[in-house]
Amino acid sequence: MSDRPFFSNLKCRECGRLYPKEAIHICEFDFGPLEAAYDYDAIKGSISREAIASRPQSMWRYRELLPIDGAPTVGVQVGFTPLVKADRLAKRLGVKELYVKNDTVNYPTLSFKDRVVSVALSRARELGFKVVACASTGNLANSVAANAASAGLTSYVLIPSDLERSKVVNSLVYGTNVVGIEGPYDQVNRLCSEIAGKYGWGFVNVNLRPYYAEGSKSMGFEIVEQLGWKVPRHTVIPMASGSLLTKIYKAYTEFAKVGIIDEQPFSVHGAQATGCSPISTAMKKGIEVVKPVPKPETIVKSLAIGTPADGYYAIRTMKDTHGSAEDCTDEEVVEGIKLLAETEGIFAETAGGTTVACAKKLIESGRIPADESIVLCITGHGLKTQEAIHEKCGAPRVIKPSLREFEALVADELAALETPQPSTLNS
Amino acid sequence: MSTVRIPTPLRKLTGDQEVVTAQGSTIAEILTDLDQKFPGLGERICDEEGNVRRFVNIFINDEDIRFLEEKATPVKDTDEISIVPAIAGG
Repeated sequence: MSDRPFFSNLKCRECGRLYPKEAIHICEFDFGPLEAAYDYDAIKGSISREAIASRPQSMWRYRELLPIDGAPTVGVQVGFTPLVKADRLAKRLGVKELYVKNDTVNYPTLSFKDRVVSVALSRARELGFKVVACASTGNLANSVAANAASAGLTSYVLIPSDLERSKVVNSLVYGTNVVGIEGPYDQVNRLCSEIAGKYGWGFVNVNLRPYYAEGSKSMGFEIVEQLGWKVPRHTVIPMASGSLLTKIYKAYTEFAKVGIIDEQPFSVHGAQATGCSPISTAMKKGIEVVKPVPKPETIVKSLAIGTPADGYYAIRTMKDTHGSAEDCTDEEVVEGIKLLAETEGIFAETAGGTTVACAKKLIESGRIPADESIVLCITGHGLKTQEAIHEKCGAPRVIKPSLREFEALVADELAALETPQPSTLNS
Repeated sequence: MSTVRIPTPLRKLTGDQEVVTAQGSTIAEILTDLDQKFPGLGERICDEEGNVRRFVNIFINDEDIRFLEEKATPVKDTDEISIVPAIAGG
């Protein structure tokens, strides 16, 4: 490694003013968001395909492009989730080359949020924080609680009080301080901004947001490496604040910047639930001003952010890459969850159903051509949002422990199978 | 005169006043008046082209002017105007 730090500054996305690498997140001058800036020339001298391939299989194999100073101390095993070639789903959607980036099995809390938390808490330790906190729609709370517990940090997670039961339990079990706020996520977020200003806590998605957000890039880096150092022609990404979409774009472009790949054409597409679709609505109207949704109404709670912080940048990114946005109804979300489960054996949470359903619409309408490579970013596990499909995927049929009853039950089904069953009589 | 609420980060420019008054029949006129009274305030709220900065919200009686007539939004003396930096997070 060279002596020059790879991660050089924080930088205002609006005016470009530079800031020191502290727990700050907005520009003092114009209130624009601060983003991590790197010394790409220094990184070029350190990173290569061979160097990356020689490192442990975690998100930290792209260490030079993540915003901490030393070695990671929280979440060192996070990431490098499977990129699944989804041929059965591809057939159902009528496309040639389809992959699922499967963050339902991310470590340790089964969502992509472990990526952002790993960076945020590693940085929080470097900055000397003893208490960490977050505003969350659930997945982030789970991840902050678990990773803080393993790092020995005290944590507070603030969530809307009406979240899915699994997501609440999945925070409480780690011994974190869970505070339910009566109101939608945006109110939780507003309160957290006030708390972050008053207490000396490291709020992963408020004053540590510039670090936190960069963790999402690792999903993009992994996709490129797992595709054999190729950028997929199309990537479909769920949008809450819009941050993940902008960071996957940043990952693809950074890999080209540091010479890991040649520049390749790609489009990023965003997915939302119709009941809270401020970004997709603006994108469809062709405007860049995102109108807040004061009362989100959807089963997709993890995407229910009415005032998306990165909405504008998400729209710019989709436009710049000739991508598009789509949204879908709650019924389509459930169908999307079932389709992914039945074709690929992957049980995604509601945000995953949203991504599948929106991808289907984008393909059917020709905005994603059938003969080009596509990656769907599936960001969280279905066990976290079971309520959403609890009564929509049937129930077990109950019988007595009797062979006769079982045979009666399956007789018609066996007859319907075209392929003859192998005989077990003489085996 | 309309009342204008000033957010904490801009109060250095208003001598720590949280609420100030300004004259004008549109938001644009109000902003011009504010910049005359408190030099430097204008460039923090609007960019070089005079557009309200992306991460600054201006509310007139709790309505975002982006969904009214932007800077041309008419203002009555009884209106309460708030300047609020966008909440980043999530």
